Amino acid sequence: MTALVAEAVLKSAVLVFVLLTATAYEVLLERKLLGRLQVRYGPNRVGPWGLLQPLADGIKLLTKEDFAPAGADRVVYVAAPVLLMTVALFSYAVIPFGPEVDLFGHRVALYLADVNTGLLLVLGASSIGVYGLILGGWSSNSKYSLLGGLRSSAQVISYELSLALAVVAVVLEAGSLSLVRIVEAQQDAWFVLRQPVAFVVFFLSALAETNRAPFDLPEAEQELIAGYQTEYGGFKFAMYYIAEYLAMITQGALAATLFLGGWHGPFGPSVAWFVLKVAAFVVVLIWIRATVPRVRYDQLMNLGWKVLVPVALANLVGSALLLL
Amino acid sequence: MRERNGWQRVVVEGAAILKGMAVTLRHLFRPPVTVQYPEQRPRIAPRFKGRHWLTLYADGTERCVGCELCVIVCPSQAIYVKAAENTPERRVSRGERYAEEFQINMLRCIFCGYCEEACPTGAIVLGRDFELADYSREALIYTKAMLQEPYPGASGRDPNREV
Repeated sequence: MTALVAEAVLKSAVLVFVLLTATAYEVLLERKLLGRLQVRYGPNRVGPWGLLQPLADGIKLLTKEDFAPAGADRVVYVAAPVLLMTVALFSYAVIPFGPEVDLFGHRVALYLADVNTGLLLVLGASSIGVYGLILGGWSSNSKYSLLGGLRSSAQVISYELSLALAVVAVVLEAGSLSLVRIVEAQQDAWFVLRQPVAFVVFFLSALAETNRAPFDLPEAEQELIAGYQTEYGGFKFAMYYIAEYLAMITQGALAATLFLGGWHGPFGPSVAWFVLKVAAFVVVLIWIRATVPRVRYDQLMNLGWKVLVPVALANLVGSALLLL
Repeated sequence: MRERNGWQRVVVEGAAILKGMAVTLRHLFRPPVTVQYPEQRPRIAPRFKGRHWLTLYADGTERCVGCELCVIVCPSQAIYVKAAENTPERRVSRGERYAEEFQINMLRCIFCGYCEEACPTGAIVLGRDFELADYSREALIYTKAMLQEPYPGASGRDPNREV
């Protein structure tokens, strides 16, 4: 029992450390890659190739003044970013990075927990994350924050539907909600081959879920300054930022787990394949941001409700009939 | 434009997005156009308008005759000239008068070059130096001692030219 708890605590600590570092360097990757896509260098002053830039940014954000705007609801104002970041980390409790492996003579599973409703937990966590956005927007006592919070909640709720519908098709294929079982079911063929339509719907919904370009309306800087995070500064702002970039990695991990075969690869260590797939997903998200302009709000809602939801629904019914 | 139904739109617009993605991908492999300034020097155009010089004739006499046309033409009123009479014992310039004091407030100057165009003797010219930062406002009011060429031709202009 104690050994189990110790193992879980150790795994969580490693996971949190790795994830936060990955998030910090994801920001650097985005800035570098966006730079090169725009024919400039991006950050290259702090350390070799700008590799210490995340560290400098972290120190800057940590040492900034901790303030709240006048008229803000203090408790909610502080709780919102904490909630969002906690929930963003929460999904990783069930996402498998690799199979069970032998490590220093122990049999260690490269995931924190194999819950038989793992997928529901991930979807639920991302739904709770909406509260972080809307509470932050509301408690700031600012019109831009409120509008941004409202926009993001409308958007995330709309696209959660098509995301879930796309994912249910995968659940039908695998016959389980456990993410470990879903990956194991892709031993022979990745689900992206069996469910290409579901993958496209999942990908577009994931873009909107993470508030990424071209669906970055909640923080459209031209209209809303920065949306729900307008009034945030210092480390509370950093927590929003971490949560946002962590959500990109989470969607990448979900895409890898559900559609791209998880840790399965032709050779080499399984974790490397998982990391490679997640990294590729993140790079594609950045590439899209460098290419596609922001959509209009009615276009966003049309795409969600009139295209993605019906397509996902039809795909679900179709694959259910085929599997019967 | 011809009306398209839903599926045609998905194909056409999806193809347009992929085309755009290909364009950005091509740019990824281009060398960046950034000039990494302190290490790399930017290319200065031949007629670049930088820091001013008060030029001299080849024999060392001052070109400025204290006419104050540059003061009049200056749109940001950055120039101050105090003229004094040449005397037979002490001829500083070739005209009747010379500039006893000549100041340019580099904080006000917009480097338009009108002073150079207005100058009848070609005394004031704009040089190539653009690194003019300093720590105080006072240090950026350039005096005659700072503006005057240390020797004829030091500004890069031919000291034997007419104007």
